[in-house]
Amino acid sequence: MKTLLPTPLRLACAVTLLAAINAPAFAQHHDHAQHAPPADEPAAKQDAHAHNAQHDHAAMSTPREPVPSVTAEDLAAAFPDIDHHAMQHAPAFNHKVTFNRLEAWDADDGTGQAWEGSAWFGTDTDRLWLRSEGERTGGHTESSELEVLYGRSVSPWWDVVAGVKQDFKPGDARTWAAVGVQGMAPYRFEVSATAYVGEGGQVAANVEAEYTLRITNRLILQPLVEIDLAARDDIDYGIASGFTSIETGLRLRYEVTRRFAPYVGVVHERALGDTADLKRSAGEPTRDTRIVAGIRIWF
Amino acid sequence: MNHDDPTPGRLGMFRPTRRQFVSGLATGGVALGFGLARLPASAGTPARRGGAALVTGTDFALNIGAMPVDITGRTRPAITVNNSLPAPTLRWREGDTVTVRVSNRLRDMTSIHWHGILLPSNMDGVPGLSFNGIAPGETFQYRFQVKQSGTYWYHSHSMFQEQAGLYGALVIDPRDPPPYHHDREHVVLLSDWTDLEPAALYRRMKKMPEHDNYYQRTLVDFVRDAKRDGLAETIEDRGMWGRMRMTPTDISDINAHTYTYLVNGAAPAGNWTGLFKPGEKVLLRFINGSAMTYFDVRIPGLKMTVVAADGQYIHPVSVDEFRIAVAETFDVLVEPTGQDAFTIFAQDMGRTGYARGTLAVRDGLEAPIPSRDPRPLLTMADMGHDMGGHGAAKGMEGGCGAMMGEGGCGANMGTMDHGAHGATSNAPNHPASETGNPLVDMQSSASDPKLDDPGIGLRGNGRQVLTYGAMRSLFDDPDGREPGRTVELHLTGHMEKFAWSFDGIPFASADPLRLKYGERLRIVLVNDTMMQHPIHLHGVWSDLEGADGGFQLRKHTIDMPPGTRRSYRVRADALGRWAFHCHLLYHMEAGMMREVRIEA
Repeated sequence: MKTLLPTPLRLACAVTLLAAINAPAFAQHHDHAQHAPPADEPAAKQDAHAHNAQHDHAAMSTPREPVPSVTAEDLAAAFPDIDHHAMQHAPAFNHKVTFNRLEAWDADDGTGQAWEGSAWFGTDTDRLWLRSEGERTGGHTESSELEVLYGRSVSPWWDVVAGVKQDFKPGDARTWAAVGVQGMAPYRFEVSATAYVGEGGQVAANVEAEYTLRITNRLILQPLVEIDLAARDDIDYGIASGFTSIETGLRLRYEVTRRFAPYVGVVHERALGDTADLKRSAGEPTRDTRIVAGIRIWF
Repeated sequence: MNHDDPTPGRLGMFRPTRRQFVSGLATGGVALGFGLARLPASAGTPARRGGAALVTGTDFALNIGAMPVDITGRTRPAITVNNSLPAPTLRWREGDTVTVRVSNRLRDMTSIHWHGILLPSNMDGVPGLSFNGIAPGETFQYRFQVKQSGTYWYHSHSMFQEQAGLYGALVIDPRDPPPYHHDREHVVLLSDWTDLEPAALYRRMKKMPEHDNYYQRTLVDFVRDAKRDGLAETIEDRGMWGRMRMTPTDISDINAHTYTYLVNGAAPAGNWTGLFKPGEKVLLRFINGSAMTYFDVRIPGLKMTVVAADGQYIHPVSVDEFRIAVAETFDVLVEPTGQDAFTIFAQDMGRTGYARGTLAVRDGLEAPIPSRDPRPLLTMADMGHDMGGHGAAKGMEGGCGAMMGEGGCGANMGTMDHGAHGATSNAPNHPASETGNPLVDMQSSASDPKLDDPGIGLRGNGRQVLTYGAMRSLFDDPDGREPGRTVELHLTGHMEKFAWSFDGIPFASADPLRLKYGERLRIVLVNDTMMQHPIHLHGVWSDLEGADGGFQLRKHTIDMPPGTRRSYRVRADALGRWAFHCHLLYHMEAGMMREVRIEA
């Protein structure tokens, strides 16, 4: 939060400041005969100091303890010929790898597994991001994607990311150009929104929001919403334009340590709009609710 | 004065055979590694747990090496000086020229910085500013005249070596007798120890800065607060913090979930003990040699008279408790009598743990250990956000009642008048470099030095708590000139990135702050973060200005609580390139540092 004061308030403060500084109780001892007010002091302050010159009784022009004069020896000791890069610094490059969800479920159509993770490598403001998620059921991969993005902080809370996404499944592998934002919204919602342009001119988007709700400091509820959109029909892949799907999840984890937290959760996924119609006509279910169990780890 | 002086004179220092580490001393989690360590200041008690050797004279040899220690029950690598953690207590004499030969037996570069000592820049021990550092296998000779007296300390200024154990006490006897009488003295060096490799701890901070904050407000707290304060007010309170994306339980970055707190190298179970005879006046030289920990110190049953701060005499102040920022020192007189043992209790500012020692008439005694105070919550006022009506009164987690062990509940709560300081307000002008800066997550409207504020978690606890406002140097302004100019710097950071800086510019990309030799200037610091920062300027004194703007207190480290604006005077009478930084080690390494260059 930037607590910058609105202009009227700032003016009010300046007036208060003047009044306060002029009060004898706050009299500053300033020796204006010797020291011109520096240019970087606000005008209000200089003015106040001028008023205070009359209160000046302690100021001196020469120090009580004289400042020793500088010898050539002093100078040599002060600015020795050294390696100015001798200072070692903590690494500016750091990294973090998080598997936010590594989970499995058991449903009528067999067991399934899913993963979702991200990793960053870089400085405080410039990072390489990897994001990946995917799903397996009955022993084969239903969907799998990996994004490689460059992220740059554009404000304290938001990064702009740009790069590529590779879909390995479903269907044939496809490559997308990706651009988006990610960061922390007010109230500490973790948000990302990314737009994708495919090789064939398809345009899609994904918006995701996540929240950390502490029941205790170790028992943590993590609600999540993820929405997919498409700008064009993409019938081969079962996608129609408009909102295509929404996934909501509610996972309750227990942080055994900060780095290791098992969880249980419920996930509800449904196809939306014309995409749902496509699925219906193909005889596929448009909704799925499952109970999952998994772990969240980072390193 | 009565202090144990094993080998006065030259190069005597150590009997290595007595100082070898003996592994397995820690039994059942009992923590301590230096069973054969010699206590610094207790005559005739050569072998007791905890404490560093004392070495006196003008010529010293310090060997920096790596060795295993057992503080917590696990044997971990540490950096030691003459096989000791903490490093030996050095005792100098004002006016002497001292020679210290420091040999590096590590595989990495090392250095020793003499904290708060006035000396030529090339003796200051900061690699890259004052010298090249000390390479493995090399010996560097420090040699300079000692121009001051009092309690100080020394530590490595290379990477994270200080956290790994490279710190020790430095006591300088005055040429003239001190302005108080004492019969005996002890060094009480407080510090924090981690079994983690310090660089790994830094990497962890970069990944998850809130790792140790197991005190965040929960749904359970929400329900409790809603019952107490009403739903609307609770939602509004959570909303304020939520909009800032911050949490009021962020008192310290690293706490007892990671650290074990030490007194003279001994963990609480090791119970460092300083001896006294009833009726004696005992001088305790408190030093906070921690990497990251503020301590709130008290000795239940004893009044403490603070007679010096950062090595410099002050008008005596009688208190029950004091907060000691990282790198500060306080000399304290106590007169233990009526009991055989008193506990020195130093809880961390976040109330997650404590360091503990004992003053006793003989070894092996213990006094009760007080329970920790309730954990404080930061308020908007603490952070320099004047929201009106949300004062300190709600700052005590859990509210009043059972948790308030000592003192009257609420007696002084809410008396910190954050609403009424408009009269002395200096609305801050934030530097342009903060605007839109991804490394600056907050700006405060801090306008007040809050010199009389005991600080977060210490208000209204029923005890007399030391404040900066209560301390005055025993001497007049030694310089006497008014500052010729003012330099304002803002302390900035980003909690989630664990990035720290001045004015939003980290050390790596900051230009030096240039001072003209001989000038007197005023440095104004404004804390634009929610953390507390001890700011240390090498080479020259930091003369804190009082509420009237005049000279008040000579220090080498100025504590900057959140939501404060404090000013101090600097006499630039030491040529050279000096470090200027937050003394929280990981904040410094994360960028909260500048070079100050004093040029002829």
